[in-house]
Amino acid sequence: MKLIFEHSIHGKACDILPSSDVPAVELPAKFARSSALNLPEVAEIDVSRHYTALSKRAHGVNCGFYPLGSCTMKYNPRIDEQIAALPQFTEIHPLAPREYTRGCDEAIALCKSLLCEITGMDAMTLQPAAGAHGEFMGLLLIKSYHTERKDFRRTKIIVPDSAHGTNPASAAMCGFTTVSIPSAPDGCVDIEALKSALSDEVAGLMLTNPNTVGLFDKQIIEITRLVHEAGGLVYYDGANLNAIMGVVRPGDMGFDVVHLNLHKTFATPHGGGGPGSGPVGCKAFLAPYLPDSVVRNPETKLQIRSFYGNFLVVIKALCYILTLGAEGIREAAQNAVLNANYLMHLLKDSFTPAYDTVCMHEFVLTLEDFKHETGVSALDVAKTMIDFGIHPPTMYFPLIVHEALMLEPTETESKETLEEAAKVLKRIYAMAHSEPETLKSAPHNAPIGRPDEVLAARQPVLKYGFENDR
Amino acid sequence: MGSYIPSTPSQRREMLEKLGMSSYSDLYRDVPSSVLLNRPLNLPQGRSELEVQRQMQQLAQKNRVFQTVLRGAGAYDHYIPAIVKTIPQKEEFLTAYTPYQAEMSQGILQSIFEYQTMICSLTGMDVSNASVYDGASAAAEALAMCRDRKRTVSLVSATTHPDVLKTMQTYCFASNHELILVPEKDGKTDIEALNKLLSDSVSALYIQQPNFYGIFEDCSELFEIAHANGTLCIMGCNPIALAIMKTPAECGADIATGEGQPLGMPLSYGGPYLGFMAATSKHMRKLPGRIVGKTLDNQGNTAYVLTLQAREQHIRREKASSNICSNQALCALTAAVYMSTMGEAGMREAALQSMSKAHYLKEKLCALPNVKPVFDAPFFHEFLLEMPKSRELLSRLENEGILGGLPTGCDKILWCATEKASREALDRVVEIYKEVLTA
Amino acid sequence: MLYYAKSHEWVSVEADGTATIGVSEYAQKELGDLVFVNLPLVGDSLVSGEVFADVESVKAVSDVYSPATGEVVEINEALLDNPALINESALEAWFVRIENAVIGDDLMTQEEYDEYLSTL
Repeated sequence: MKLIFEHSIHGKACDILPSSDVPAVELPAKFARSSALNLPEVAEIDVSRHYTALSKRAHGVNCGFYPLGSCTMKYNPRIDEQIAALPQFTEIHPLAPREYTRGCDEAIALCKSLLCEITGMDAMTLQPAAGAHGEFMGLLLIKSYHTERKDFRRTKIIVPDSAHGTNPASAAMCGFTTVSIPSAPDGCVDIEALKSALSDEVAGLMLTNPNTVGLFDKQIIEITRLVHEAGGLVYYDGANLNAIMGVVRPGDMGFDVVHLNLHKTFATPHGGGGPGSGPVGCKAFLAPYLPDSVVRNPETKLQIRSFYGNFLVVIKALCYILTLGAEGIREAAQNAVLNANYLMHLLKDSFTPAYDTVCMHEFVLTLEDFKHETGVSALDVAKTMIDFGIHPPTMYFPLIVHEALMLEPTETESKETLEEAAKVLKRIYAMAHSEPETLKSAPHNAPIGRPDEVLAARQPVLKYGFENDR
Repeated sequence: MGSYIPSTPSQRREMLEKLGMSSYSDLYRDVPSSVLLNRPLNLPQGRSELEVQRQMQQLAQKNRVFQTVLRGAGAYDHYIPAIVKTIPQKEEFLTAYTPYQAEMSQGILQSIFEYQTMICSLTGMDVSNASVYDGASAAAEALAMCRDRKRTVSLVSATTHPDVLKTMQTYCFASNHELILVPEKDGKTDIEALNKLLSDSVSALYIQQPNFYGIFEDCSELFEIAHANGTLCIMGCNPIALAIMKTPAECGADIATGEGQPLGMPLSYGGPYLGFMAATSKHMRKLPGRIVGKTLDNQGNTAYVLTLQAREQHIRREKASSNICSNQALCALTAAVYMSTMGEAGMREAALQSMSKAHYLKEKLCALPNVKPVFDAPFFHEFLLEMPKSRELLSRLENEGILGGLPTGCDKILWCATEKASREALDRVVEIYKEVLTA
Repeated sequence: MLYYAKSHEWVSVEADGTATIGVSEYAQKELGDLVFVNLPLVGDSLVSGEVFADVESVKAVSDVYSPATGEVVEINEALLDNPALINESALEAWFVRIENAVIGDDLMTQEEYDEYLSTL
C-alpha cells in the first residue's frame, strides 16, 4: 500500500490553527532553516483513511489470540484507557505547583504502595519507562550500594544462560562484566555452577522466577542465601510476575531489587512496542538510592529520564489493580498458570514440551525431533499460525531450547479459545506430515509473504526517498 | 470485582480436573511452602468498573487544569488535533506487541517507517531509529554512540535542560565514563571554554537547541570547533522549532536527538513522551533501539521489517551498546499522525505562532518598570525574565486559570508561549502583573 | 602457506612476513547470509586466539578469532560495502592484512583441516 508521502499533493492541508493574533516575528537568517521540510501535505480524510488502512494490517491482543511467550499479552481493559484520557490527568504540566497536582501525586503514591505490597518490597520508583529501563535502574541501585560502601571490587553480575538478552546488556550498561552460568538439565539454576561463580567480586545475581522456560525454581531460598552470603545482592526480573502475584512475593524469596512490567503484568497496552512502564522496587536499605528519595543529595541522585515516568501508563495499571483487588490479583495469576497448563496438556500428544512437568504461566515446546521428522521448523509452524489468525508464539527463545516455541496464553483467554488454538496447532502438526511445503512457504493469507530480511540488512532502506533529497 | 477472566468457575474446575488436580495449589507445587504467601495481599478489595471509575474521577478532580499554560521547560502545551487523539486509540495499534512478526504487523512497521522518514525530514539527517523512551534518554544514548576505545569523555553544555543533563550524568556514572560541563556565558554555551576543554579524549559535544533558556545556540560554530578536534556533535532539538530552525544537518551535527512530546502528545504530568534519534548514515549501525527497513517479500512485494538487529541486545547480549528493546511505538505513531495532520504549512505555523506569541509577551512584560530580560539573544518560544514580585504574580495568574512561567529562583521566571496562547490571555497576564506591581 | 584454525579462520602467510586472514568456507556456510562485518582499524595489533572482528547475519553475530599475531596494515574495505563477498568466496574475501605475522601454535594445513571438518 501507499506511503502517506505518496498521498501528498502540494497545497493540501488540514484546517487546524487560526491565523495569528499577534505580530509575526521572523527568525534571524543565521538560525533559519533553508532545506525542504518534506512533510506530507494531505487532507484530513487522507490521514484518517491512511491510518485506518494501516490498522487493518496490524493485530493486537484485543483483536485476537496472542500467545506470545514472555510478553504476557493479556486483555487491555478499555476503562483504563478512558480514565487515563481524562483531561485532569493528560493536561497537567509536570512542573505545575504541587497544590494543583495532588491527584497525580496521590495516584503515584497509591500505585507505589500497592506494587510494594504485591512484590514484598519497601520502596518503589515509577521512573523507568520500560522493563529494560527498569533493569538499568535496578542495577544502578546495586552499583550505588557497592560504590558507597567503597566495595569497588564488585564488578561482576551473574546471569543464567537462559536469561533474556537484556540482562547481560543492562549489566554492561552499568559497567559490570557478565558471568553467564549454565542452567541445570531441568532448566533451573545449577547450584554448583552458582557456587563456583560466586566470589567477593560479584555485585549481584539477576534472576527471573519463574524462569524463562516457565518453571518455578524450587531452590530459590538457597540461591538468594548463597548470593547474600557472598556479599552480593539479588535482582528479580519481573518479566514473569504474572504467574505468581498474590501467591508468592519476590521480597519473601530473598530478592533485594525487582523491576516490574506494568505493560505485561498489569494489563496496560503494549502500543506496538511502547510506551510501557518498568517500576523498580527495593528493600529499605536500598531506598536512599532511588530517584524519588528525598534524603539524597541532588548531585548524586540517579535519574534515567525526564520527570517522573510514564505517568499515564501508571494510571492505567492503577485502575487495573484497583479493579482486581487482593483476590483478583491472585486469581489472575492462578488462572494464567491454569490456562498455560491446560493448553500444554491439550498439545502434549503432538508437540513435545521442553520440560514435561507442571509449568507456570508459560511453557516451551521443542520442535527439534519434529523438524528432523518433517523438515518443518518452529519458524514454519509459527508462520502457519498466522494463516489461522493466531499471533505466533515467541520463537527461538530461550536459547537453551532448540527449535523453541514459547506459549503464554494468559488468564484472559477462555477455555474455548484455548481449545480452538489447540485444534489449530494439531491441524498444523498434521499438515507438517501431509503437506510440509505449505508450511514452509507460509503465511499464505497475510498482507505479505515472508520478507527478505537479508536484503533489508544488506541494503538498508530506512526512509522514503523524496525527489528533492540531497 | 473484575479480573477479566472469561472462563466460568465450573470451566476452571473442569480444566483442573483434566490436569488431574483438585485445586489451584496443585499448580504451585514447586513453590516451597516457606515462601508461599499464606495470607491475602493487603490490597483493597476488587471493585466494579463503575466504582473504579468514580474513585479515579475523584482523584483526577484533585488536579487543576489551566486554561492557559505559559510554562514549558521540557513539556510544551501545543494544540493537539482531534484526529491525533483518536487514531492511536485503534485496538490494532494500541494493543499490539513489538512487530516481531512482520507478516502480521505491516501496519505498525509501515507507520514506523513513515515516522523515521518524518524525523529525517525534520532533522535533515540520513537515518532515524524507531524512537526511544524520551528526549533525556535519547541524549544519553547518543553520548554512548560517540565513544570509542580512544575517546571516552563527553562534553555537555551547561545550557542543557537539567533533567536531560542529570540523565546523561547517570548514564555516564553507570558506564564509568566522564562527563564534563561546558560552562555558559550570557545564556549560551561558552565557546572560549569549549576550546579549552577539547582534547583527543573527547568523543562528543552535546548542545541543546534552542537551549534551556529558549535561546538559539551558535551550533554551526560550536560544531566546527568540535569537529576540528575530531569530536562528534549531537544536537538536542525542539521538534516544533525544527520546522523553521536551521537543522542539525545544516549545522553539521552527526547525531540529532530530542523530546518528541510537542508532536501531539499531551503534557500528561511528564509521560509518556517520545525520544527521537537520527544520525548521518556513517553512524547508522551505532544507533540504539529498533529500526524499520523496507525490503521485499517472497512474492516481490514491498514489505517492512525490523532490521539491523545484530546491533541489539537480544543478539549481542553483553556486547550491545544499549539494552533498549522497545520503542515508544504508539507515541511515534502519534507524532507521525500529528505531522501528517499539521503538514508542512501547519508545522511552520505552529512554530512561527509559538515564537511570535512568546516575543509578544516578552515585549509587553519588558515594557513594565523593573522587568529585565536576563539574557539578550535571539530566542524561540521561551525566555527568562527577572521580575519583582514574581511569586505574587504567579499565584494571581493561577487564580485566574493561567499557569505562568517556571520560577527559577531570585524573582526569575522562564516563560513559554505556544500557538495555543491567545493574545487576550497574554494581555491579561500583563494586566494582572500591573495590578500586582501597584498593589 | 595457508593454515586454518579450529575456530574456522584461515591465514595465508607470505615470505615477507605479511599475512592475510579470513574465515573458512565451512564457517561461511554455517554463518549463513552475512549482512555486516566489523573490522579492526589499520594500526591495531592482533593477538593470536583473540577476537579481532565480528560478522553479522540477520539473527546472529559471531566473533572472529585471529589465527595470528601481528599489526594490521590494511583492511578489506570492500567487505564493509558488500559482506556477501564472504558468502560468495570465503577464501578470496580476506578481512585484514597484517605485518610481522606470527601464526598461532595449533593451526592446521588444508589437509588436516579437511580431516578435522569430517569429524564435526
